[in-house]
Amino acid sequence: MVALDAAFAPAPLKPARRSWREHSALPGFGGAFGFTLLYVGLIILLPLAALAARPWEHGLGGVVDAILQPRTLAALRLSFLAAAGAAVVNVLTGLLIAWVLTRYDFPGRGVVDALVDLPFALPTAVAGIALATLYSPGGWIGSLLQPVGLKVAYTPVGVFVALLAVGLPFVVRAVQPVLEDLDASLEEAAQTLGARPLQTFSRVILPALTPALLTGFALAFARGAGEYGSVIFIAGNMPGVSEIAPLVIVTRLEGYDYAGAASVGLAMLAVSLIVLVAVNSIQVALSRRGSR
Amino acid sequence: MIPRGLEHRRVNSPTAVILVTLALAWLALIIGAPLATVVVEAFGKGLDAFLAAFREPDALASIRLTLLVAAIAVPLNAAFGLAAAWSIARFEFRGKAALLTLIDLPLSMSPVVAGLVWVLLFGARGWFGPLLEVAGVKVIFAVPGIILGTILVTVPLIARELIPLMTEQGADEELAATTLGAGGWTVFRRVTLPNIRWALLHGVLLCNARAMGEFGAVSVVSGHIRGLTETLPLHVEALYNDYDFVGAFSAATLLAGLAVVTLVAKTVLEQLIRAGQAVKPAQELAIP
Repeated sequence: MVALDAAFAPAPLKPARRSWREHSALPGFGGAFGFTLLYVGLIILLPLAALAARPWEHGLGGVVDAILQPRTLAALRLSFLAAAGAAVVNVLTGLLIAWVLTRYDFPGRGVVDALVDLPFALPTAVAGIALATLYSPGGWIGSLLQPVGLKVAYTPVGVFVALLAVGLPFVVRAVQPVLEDLDASLEEAAQTLGARPLQTFSRVILPALTPALLTGFALAFARGAGEYGSVIFIAGNMPGVSEIAPLVIVTRLEGYDYAGAASVGLAMLAVSLIVLVAVNSIQVALSRRGSR
Repeated sequence: MIPRGLEHRRVNSPTAVILVTLALAWLALIIGAPLATVVVEAFGKGLDAFLAAFREPDALASIRLTLLVAAIAVPLNAAFGLAAAWSIARFEFRGKAALLTLIDLPLSMSPVVAGLVWVLLFGARGWFGPLLEVAGVKVIFAVPGIILGTILVTVPLIARELIPLMTEQGADEELAATTLGAGGWTVFRRVTLPNIRWALLHGVLLCNARAMGEFGAVSVVSGHIRGLTETLPLHVEALYNDYDFVGAFSAATLLAGLAVVTLVAKTVLEQLIRAGQAVKPAQELAIP
């Protein structure tokens, strides 16, 4: 009876059973989506599942022990502090470079603009051995710093210096398009109303750039915390002093301590994601305040 | 005409001179000096010493392996990027945001973690390790592991170029072609591909540069067997650790050259993409 009632009921205007996807006249969804899911599943999801599951082999205590071990803790602290410090410097220098590239015309501007992306394209091992040579006591910069008593190569400072290049393009490329699209009339209005250049910058331009600067900071930080190739040659890798977190993972793996290596890897990924999500929510809050 | 006085002023004020000088000095220190170091160290002992580095069989083997890995990883990631962009930018379905997040995830992953995960799966004590041992297949400390590590590190690069572009372009042209009776493959080849070709090439370029230069992920899964599982970046490391600095920097010059060529090609492509975007509205306006 129920079936008959349903059969004689007026046809609903919308399909009664809401599908998980909307209908489209375009073909090829099944194949493309199936391949996408298969690829994401095998290349991203399955490895991620292993990373999420393997640390707990010795229970929660095992994970806590693996991360709180002094050597690991020191390495995590160094990786994240150096990345945060370098990202702060990158925000300042990145803003300066983006500003100069968008506001001033000078010979070779196109070349400089392209060169900003070099840290994206240059293999990290190449940057690593170049930096180690440059800042070693006999290198171009290292020999200048030695009389002053400043040691960069084979110290924690080296980690920070290496990350200055790694994070720079993230900030420049986040800020540059916003600066290009900034409404010039706002600045003109501020100047007409008697604002000094510095006031115009801090009250008009900087607020508009804050979300982009935050994005740049987060990306530079996440990349810097996990950086390996450009850092290990210059760091010196002294356990507890200049050893970075990714190297602890490598060392653990060499000792077949899979659970310990996975614990450190999971912790690193978690911190990076937390920072990215936090920055994202700050931006949402900022844009809400701005639109009110 | 909008007053454009604030854009691209010539460098004439003292502030401008100071800012431009500071920016250029910083870039010279942070990017220029390391690049110059590579070249000077490579050619410091003369051209013969530089060339000798490429007569080593191990060096040639590492170049071959690097090319092989890129030749497998880049086309796979390109196919994935196209499939992902077609399904995400052309169809509405639930869970799209989650899928996008997953695709972006490798970007916030340390390269070492991107290598570690494959060891957790296929290493001697990995989930599938014992199974692979019975089957006699080696993934970790072998070429398949190197390929998997490279793919994971580079998987978002092409997809992230295509998804925003195709979303912005909309499905109108493809829908029109479908309505006129074109089959799916024809629509893709004749309508979609011409619209995204420069962006696709741009993504392939970046993906290739990263695939050939990847160090962290590959270092974890390679096992560093000379002549067998060493890619060019790993060969650079091995030579450097052996105090063969001329050899290390000579091999590094090859990689740095690849980076510079990539940057030049990328800049040219970006101009083509911008020109393409500028042409589009004009064409639409021409239709009465």
